[in-house]
Amino acid sequence: MPCIEENYDVVVVGAGHAGCEAALACARLGLETIVFTVSVESIALMPCNPNIGGSSKGHLVREIDALGGEMGKNIDKTFIQSKMLNVSKGPAVHSLRAQADKAEYSRAMRMTMENTEHLTIRQAEVCKLIVEDGVIKGVKTFSGATYYSKAVVLCTGTYLKARCLYGEVINYTGPNGLQPANHLTDSLKENGVEMFRFKTGTPARIDKRSIDFSKMQEQKGDERVVPFSFTTNPEDVQIEQESCWLTYTNLKTHEIIKNNLDRSPIYAGIIEGTGPRYCPSIEDKVVKFADKERHQVFIEPEGKYTNEMYIGGMSSSLPEDVQYEMYRTVPGLEHAKIVKNAYAIEYDCINPRQLNPTLEFKKIKGLFSGGQFNGSSGYEEAASQGLVAGINAAMSVLGKEPLVLDRSESYIGVLIDDLVTKENKEPYRMMTSRAEYRLLLRQDNADLRLSKKGYAIGLISQERYDWVVEKERLIQEEVERVEHVNIGANAKTQKVLEEHGSTPLKNGTTLAELIRRPELNYEDLAEIDPQRPQLAYDVVEQVNIHIKYDGYIKRQMKQVKEFKKLENKKLPEHFDYEQVKSLRIEAKQKLNLYQPVSVGQASRISGVSPADISVLLVYLEQMHHQKKDK
Amino acid sequence: MKTDTIAAIATAMTNSGIGIVRISGEEAFSVIDKIYRSKNGKKKLSQEESHTVHYGYICDGEKIIDEVMVVIMRAPRSYTTEDTIEIDCHGGTLVMKRILETVIKYGARPAEPGEFTKRAFLNGRIDLSQAESVIDVINAKNDFALESSISQLQGKVKEKIKEIRGKVIHEIAFIESALDDPEHFSIDGYGEKLSKIIEGISKEIEILLASSENGELLKEGINTVIIGKPNAGKSSLMNVLLGRERAIVTDIAGTTRDALEEQINLNGITLNIVDTAGIRDTEDIVEKIGVDKAKEYLKSANLIIYVVDSSTELDQNDEEIISMLSDKKAIILLNKSDLSQVTSQEVVEKVLEENNMEKPVILISAKEQTGIDKLENTIKEMFFQGELSFNDEIYITNVRQKAALQSAMKSFQLVQQSIENEMPEDFYSIDLMSAYEELGSIIGEAVGEDLVNEIFSKFCMGK
Repeated sequence: MPCIEENYDVVVVGAGHAGCEAALACARLGLETIVFTVSVESIALMPCNPNIGGSSKGHLVREIDALGGEMGKNIDKTFIQSKMLNVSKGPAVHSLRAQADKAEYSRAMRMTMENTEHLTIRQAEVCKLIVEDGVIKGVKTFSGATYYSKAVVLCTGTYLKARCLYGEVINYTGPNGLQPANHLTDSLKENGVEMFRFKTGTPARIDKRSIDFSKMQEQKGDERVVPFSFTTNPEDVQIEQESCWLTYTNLKTHEIIKNNLDRSPIYAGIIEGTGPRYCPSIEDKVVKFADKERHQVFIEPEGKYTNEMYIGGMSSSLPEDVQYEMYRTVPGLEHAKIVKNAYAIEYDCINPRQLNPTLEFKKIKGLFSGGQFNGSSGYEEAASQGLVAGINAAMSVLGKEPLVLDRSESYIGVLIDDLVTKENKEPYRMMTSRAEYRLLLRQDNADLRLSKKGYAIGLISQERYDWVVEKERLIQEEVERVEHVNIGANAKTQKVLEEHGSTPLKNGTTLAELIRRPELNYEDLAEIDPQRPQLAYDVVEQVNIHIKYDGYIKRQMKQVKEFKKLENKKLPEHFDYEQVKSLRIEAKQKLNLYQPVSVGQASRISGVSPADISVLLVYLEQMHHQKKDK
Repeated sequence: MKTDTIAAIATAMTNSGIGIVRISGEEAFSVIDKIYRSKNGKKKLSQEESHTVHYGYICDGEKIIDEVMVVIMRAPRSYTTEDTIEIDCHGGTLVMKRILETVIKYGARPAEPGEFTKRAFLNGRIDLSQAESVIDVINAKNDFALESSISQLQGKVKEKIKEIRGKVIHEIAFIESALDDPEHFSIDGYGEKLSKIIEGISKEIEILLASSENGELLKEGINTVIIGKPNAGKSSLMNVLLGRERAIVTDIAGTTRDALEEQINLNGITLNIVDTAGIRDTEDIVEKIGVDKAKEYLKSANLIIYVVDSSTELDQNDEEIISMLSDKKAIILLNKSDLSQVTSQEVVEKVLEENNMEKPVILISAKEQTGIDKLENTIKEMFFQGELSFNDEIYITNVRQKAALQSAMKSFQLVQQSIENEMPEDFYSIDLMSAYEELGSIIGEAVGEDLVNEIFSKFCMGK
């Protein structure tokens, strides 16, 4: 039978949040790229919560943007509400979160993809990898067509051998009733890839007209919206926003759930996959936190042109009838009409330990992967990996240095390092507490941290690059200046201090010292700082943070210096650690399994002790000497 | 890797002779300048020539700790190739320990086992052929240190530290949950509450620090195991030793005595008899728990007293255990000399000879209390001839643990400072986490996924 055969530089499998970033990155770098999706209608689909961003996830979106990714731009075009979370806390934990118009989000991304040069979109199920001698050569589709390529990026999300469950009902589909991908898993296994089975879940969607909002608290967006993308004009995002609504479960809800636990496929043992602890179903919450009398429920619009409302906080896999009963106990939902049932979804993903920090498979050259396929969860986590996997697929085709971000320079670095280094037993979600240097990894400075890298890769324009360089200079100069501006204890100063509830000065001091007072900031003191230059808002923000948190920032920078030393000690590839006699057995096994790229990464593998790290260092030094001697 | 400044006691911790405390690293001179005082009080060692010796005193502020000789060696002309200071002090475990503590108080950190050697190697000081043995030293010493630092810790102390860590991680998890899910948890005004909790924790750590001053965190002494077959007379021996000598009951301030040990003082030498149910309460350790378990006891012991019932024949078990004593300090007791002898001194010595061993063999009768003096004298001789030493690493371990407690304390103070300065709540968890790590290093527990686990198990998160 004659079959189609085509050639591309890069094949991307899947067009969710990871696949889109991967495909766009490759095409934008000039590589002929084809992206496969089981349904073109599901490009950049948001099958679960209708938001982008949130604590630590907002950071990821900013970083994606700083590297030249699309997510931030796309949400800026399609959000219907936006909030900066944690504004009363330190700058490190400020985080943007926007409600998306799901359909618009999807459509906007699709349009961007369709109008990107070198990018081909193809609706088909990829069912086989072509691997020769440990090198990827392309993929085959279900129809028998062959697509040869120099690199392949797998972003299959939750589609591999997916099944959706509630009560006794099992649908063998991907999310939202979409066609699953049932063949690729076998091909992966044939190529020696170790698979996991994970699960996640989503709550019901309820018809807006059946909800009594008067019984709920309204949750509005910020008055002044801050865009995600560094390229979006802030004036363009000051739109009329939609509201979300807050209500609560109660003892009645919990009783119904408890009485029907035996009908949940999880408690009945039908579901094998491991679910995420941070995103528990309402059943889990009621069982695990039995002493809580109520749980929050957020009612969020799915879009501007739909009546569907997302019931945040009440994901479930209980049977349909129990879902009705349970949702209707919640104030405001007494007459709720369900549009879509809540369900749990099970899917195949890989053990991400098999990947290098470049997101390339250690054992299959040219094969990259990103997103939920790698055992993560969340749109932002997916997009981050998709972007890195796409960039590195492109770099490998172009024969350039790969992009590896470390834990001290980005959340994306933390995310990928955690995935490939730690034992991952549940879908991985980003959290600010996972970033040990979070004071340095703020959402406000993502451009300063990463845009130069984005520029070097070729995804950030000259103009953006020039601005980042200029911004750096302005910040540095202004910080320097402010540290040296002397402020006398004169009447004018005392008046300004008094106005801001700050104690008057006894002696003269510097402007910086005043800014460090908790109740004051850079902008408050304009009046007593006549030499102050005109600076853009984002420069002022950086100056303020640098001065206010100077001590903490310096401490973390010192820690980073120590951290870098071990990160920079590279370990050889495909190394047999059995050779290093003095390592403990467990360390040898783990090191052989993980094949870490640096001593730093090795030190984060569980089962590798500080003594093992000393041994490795001595061993490396020894090899180094031997090389020199030869 | 780290270029910070390290210090350790470089000589064996016996109770005689001269002891050396060694400091190496960039800060070595700044540390010694703070604690060294010359006779006229004017000399600064940082201004002196390399490879010179100086007489003077080590002081902690106004307090003189010891009269010393200090050798200074500037980089790269030292063993580690870094700036190195050696303080020769009067021997004596207590003095050496106090000098080391002072050095640490003024800026050095306790060296890891084998760290001087490691630095020497990494700085190219040791030649390549020695590399393997360097690795072995690091490994062996680390294994030992890990074992000793944790196993030597008083059980109650370990519990206390675990308890404090539990409190700390709970607070961090609360803060982090609130940051992660601000719409679920509010931490406004939380600083005040946290400040009180930390006040309480700080008091508990102060108590632990006070105990560490007295060396009471650790089971100091010569780790001694009494071992033997059922009915060999181990209990009677134990009773005799306890009865004749003053049994020390150790009471750590704020904790109760660890039930698993007996301390016996033989004319100033402390024997820390690692007593287990297997050894003292039941008579048949070898049969009940097997030779494997016996091996384990032997491993952690500095001194082994092997009791043989001389009224019965040596069997395979005896011979097997004796063969395990080859690289150990051990004394073999032929008990029940009051009964008719079946196993004589010659028989045991023959077995020893077959195994190429030389161990003292002493005839005793626990029942008649004969031969006990000889046992005591033998132990004393072994100690004063330097054959037996205190658990070498134990003082170092103690110093290290104390340093960890102190830095945990410092971190808690930083949290209090952040609260006072009205810093946002996310700043608290930075220093709380450091304190958690420091405390963990004392009991050999790393941080790992503790925080994430605590967050998910204690706080209901998510959509």
